[in-house]
Amino acid sequence: MNIWVYIDHFKGTPLPVSWEALGLAKRLGNAAAVMLGNHLDEAVQAAFDFGADSVLLADDPALADYRAEAFASTLSAAAAAQTPDLLLFPTTSRGREVAAMTAADLNAGLLVDVTALEVAAPGVVATRPVYGGKVLVREVCASKPALVTLRGRAFPKPEQQTGRSGPVTKIEVKAETQTSVAGYTTSEGVSLSDANVIVSGGRGLTVFPGLDEKSAAAKGFALLGELAAVLNGAVGASRAVVDAGFIPYAHQVGQTGKLVSPDLYIACGISGAIQHLAGMRTAKVIVAINTDPHAPIFQVAQYGVVGDLYQIVPALTAALKKKLGK
Amino acid sequence: MKIVVCVKTTLPSEAQVRVEGGQLVFDNTPQIINPWDEYAVEAALQQKEALGGTVTALSLGNEQANVALKHALAMGADDAIRIGDPALAAIDTLAAARLLAAAIRKLGGVDLVCFGRQAIDGDSGVTPAQTARLLGWPALTLASAVKIEAGQIRVERSIEEGRQIVTAALPAVLSVVKDFAEPRYPTFMGKRKADRAEIPVWSLADLGLPAPAALVTWGEFSEPPRRTAQCEMIAGASPAEIAEKLADKILAEKIL
Repeated sequence: MNIWVYIDHFKGTPLPVSWEALGLAKRLGNAAAVMLGNHLDEAVQAAFDFGADSVLLADDPALADYRAEAFASTLSAAAAAQTPDLLLFPTTSRGREVAAMTAADLNAGLLVDVTALEVAAPGVVATRPVYGGKVLVREVCASKPALVTLRGRAFPKPEQQTGRSGPVTKIEVKAETQTSVAGYTTSEGVSLSDANVIVSGGRGLTVFPGLDEKSAAAKGFALLGELAAVLNGAVGASRAVVDAGFIPYAHQVGQTGKLVSPDLYIACGISGAIQHLAGMRTAKVIVAINTDPHAPIFQVAQYGVVGDLYQIVPALTAALKKKLGK
Repeated sequence: MKIVVCVKTTLPSEAQVRVEGGQLVFDNTPQIINPWDEYAVEAALQQKEALGGTVTALSLGNEQANVALKHALAMGADDAIRIGDPALAAIDTLAAARLLAAAIRKLGGVDLVCFGRQAIDGDSGVTPAQTARLLGWPALTLASAVKIEAGQIRVERSIEEGRQIVTAALPAVLSVVKDFAEPRYPTFMGKRKADRAEIPVWSLADLGLPAPAALVTWGEFSEPPRRTAQCEMIAGASPAEIAEKLADKILAEKIL
């Protein structure tokens, strides 16, 4: 089976979820990494190190910035000519969009954000969460090729073996100019979808004696940020504190925010509304810190602390800092 | 400016969804406009207010689709159209995009199409890009800020690394995220207008399309694995003692 894996990267730095897709492709058949961009030498070597059997490369100044139309046209022209059986993409902002457009170009079926995948008659069969993760559905794609985007952290990341190599084949660049990129503003910190650890805050962060809600939230999120920093993690939030304007939307976890699966999710002052639980319950280990012993979050948590997060969180930061030798 | 906003009717996010015998079971929660689509309607109305023109709400489905369309009308959309046909029972995203693109072409002279980033039922988030592709228009997805001037559109897109600023010439397709602006509430007059509205239905024949063949089909549903672990409550005489015990438990999980 010939499988193409779209390697998503930002300015030549691949997103780790791309390697998870490569690992899955290796288990299913022959894995070609498809790499579109400019100055990709290091990324190409990384693709081999993570197991690519070959690389299909369009390295061109016209692709220096991600632009959906140019990337999708380049990919779909190559796929139409070389007819792979299956195209895998990481479910990132870019991966999802290139997959969507390429499926439209090739009149092919697309399975989005899947968490399990098998190849069997009559085609590619995948499982994916729908209704914000409240239920799973089995989807069947009978078209050839089939296009699939994989949820981050749902498939294991392969071991990196340095110094591997393989054939690199150039593909033709279709430099469409429907859009142009005027610049970027980058944000600090770890992205939620890639994070191993998420320290998340909710309405409990807005209650501190002597402070108004806004100041209490600022103080609380600063404490969460310190804990996240010790664990190389990201800071998340419930919808309540995002809607109140205490933290930007990019941090929201839940059905109308990010759906995440970290190894460790520390929920601080989050009661555990159904929309929030849907977005994080696939985390490996969940820790809940809340003043209300009856909060629903304790029903999904492995470890719980009934207590004041303003006291517990800094103490936990100090304890982990010491034990991790930081 | 001729603006189209594509909306969908969904279950609200607080609805309970269960599986019995491989089939979905919903509680009796009334359906609503997909929450993301309220931001799309807001984006469409703001452009109309800035530049003049009309906003047409467009949806796809059976009579339930009118819930989303009437909400868009109540917020201030000028008119609404439903694409409905008995042959459209189970369609995939590409078939949906093809129908929306055909309706947008039939409307004619459209400058801007607004979508929410995704629907909270199927969670695919690919219909805006696919609709743009089928129209041959640029897709400006995940927009958190939009500015239109002299036929040029400039958006800030939310990406993993921050924001990407992209420009294109109209016509274009937009999908908006929550950062965009709080959607306005329907007005009393708007609700009255929406209640009285007769929403025209366009069939496959009206769009000149054959019955779509789904490339992707939905099979069985299942419940996500239940978390079996009982919650172990960590207690202690002081925050430091609790933190000490909790840190040991976390480290023993060998996930860091």
